[in-house]
Amino acid sequence: MSTVAALPGSAARDPEARRRLGAALLALVVLWPLLQLAEFRPAVLFEAGNLRVMGGFLASFMPPAHAPEFLGLLLTATLETLAIATAGIALALFIAAPLAICATRALSVSRIGPGPGRWRGQALRGAVRGLLTILRAVPEIVWALMFVRVLGLGPAAGVLALAITYGGMLGKVYTEILESTDTRPARTLLEAGSGRLAALAYGLIPNAAQELTSYTVYRWECAVRASVIMGFVGAGGLGQLMDQSMKMLNGGEASTILLVFLLLVLLADAISAALRRALA
Amino acid sequence: MSAPETSCAPRGAGDFCLSCLLTSGLLVVAVVASFAYLQIDFGALFSREAAVGMGEFVASFFPPASAPPFLAKTALGALQTFAVAAVGTLLAALLGVLCALPAAGRAGGALRQVARFALNVLRSVPELVWATLMVLAAGLGPFAGTLALALHTTGVLGRLFAEAIENAPPAAETALREAGSGSAPAFLYGTLPLVWPQFIAYGLYRLEMNIRMAAVLGFVGAGGLGQMLYFHLSIFQQAEAATVLIAMLLLVLVVDAISHQLRGQLAN
Repeated sequence: MSTVAALPGSAARDPEARRRLGAALLALVVLWPLLQLAEFRPAVLFEAGNLRVMGGFLASFMPPAHAPEFLGLLLTATLETLAIATAGIALALFIAAPLAICATRALSVSRIGPGPGRWRGQALRGAVRGLLTILRAVPEIVWALMFVRVLGLGPAAGVLALAITYGGMLGKVYTEILESTDTRPARTLLEAGSGRLAALAYGLIPNAAQELTSYTVYRWECAVRASVIMGFVGAGGLGQLMDQSMKMLNGGEASTILLVFLLLVLLADAISAALRRALA
Repeated sequence: MSAPETSCAPRGAGDFCLSCLLTSGLLVVAVVASFAYLQIDFGALFSREAAVGMGEFVASFFPPASAPPFLAKTALGALQTFAVAAVGTLLAALLGVLCALPAAGRAGGALRQVARFALNVLRSVPELVWATLMVLAAGLGPFAGTLALALHTTGVLGRLFAEAIENAPPAAETALREAGSGSAPAFLYGTLPLVWPQFIAYGLYRLEMNIRMAAVLGFVGAGGLGQMLYFHLSIFQQAEAATVLIAMLLLVLVVDAISHQLRGQLAN
């Protein structure tokens, strides 16, 4: 590509120009149906009706709403969001920890010698890995949408949705962390006849604890963001409040909620950094 | 939650660690307080009726709807979701390059700060929030989703691109400039070829994430599979919803496989 630079004498001509033009034209031909499907019509943005709605909404962003009863409502919603994230991660741990222990190859007794349970162990690990994949394949907001149908509006749907998706993610990452640390201590313990849990507690965890903790805390940070998003399908917290304000075109409330959301994300960042330092 | 006790272990099991104890105590209090605050009735959640209700709900998804016209509609929805993600990512890549140049300090220190701040704002508002705003600006439909994805992804890609440009070795561009070339050709032929592969890799990675996101943006009226899922679930047509869910999973799997293949080829 960069051979051009070596030809300062020839009047600024790009020897690749024709090929590049061809590629660009081909890309446009491929792009055209995609633009049609996505109904790509920038002109819509400047239609009088849309401009009026959006302009009015944006104009009402200032000043942000600050009535005392609204601020009280906002505080409850923010606390609810934090509580959903924390409770969701706690439940996710209950799903992830046992599954990760089942799926970790380093804790397999049957792998050490050609014992009778070898295939059974492998099949179990495969099945657990499959289960973890299924749990995390569906985004949390889709789970939330379905749980809202069964459990009704409110934080319960959000907590369960987080528990399922994050249980799958944490389980997978825990397995990977446990297998990527030094597995010799665990193997020695197993060979000397100790149980799997003892091998986990004394052979693997001392090496992996820091990484496990720090990943869990990082996931909590993600869970705070996710629980705001899930509010848009009715799973409680800040998101639900934001959805309501936007549907009512109440710009002042929307801007206050957006500000609180940004602050909350910053706060979660800070808390998670502090926790990781404290637990390191 | 389970980690705090163990995190003291490397110090030696017998060592007393006050801050570890305090932190783990605080964590336990936080978890208990969260459950207490939410007042979720777990008894009712895991009761017999709840289990029966949940079972009936799950059973109502089977068998998934398989009438040919509906399958065709779902396929169109999947294509639309893909189109939203692809066009959104492409727009974001173009805007991202435009913002990355000032953000990499190519237009002076003041503009660098302004561009970085703008990119941060774009990035910290989630796609779904952008989508609710864009539905107001552009009306219901896939175009709103495209714009929402483009806005958020511009923030992400712009920052990554700016870092790539800043970290590129300057030798080639300096040589061109010293040989008398203008600043635009010097960038295009000196730095761009160096950072181009990185741009493509970041773009593909974001495309993969945006397809998952585009499938979900429909929940707020931004078209594609998400809007179908939301619609059919709200009128209690679970069989149709099941088909849409399967289509979502297939779309994500196919795109993951293709992108994995592409990245393998790019790496070689």
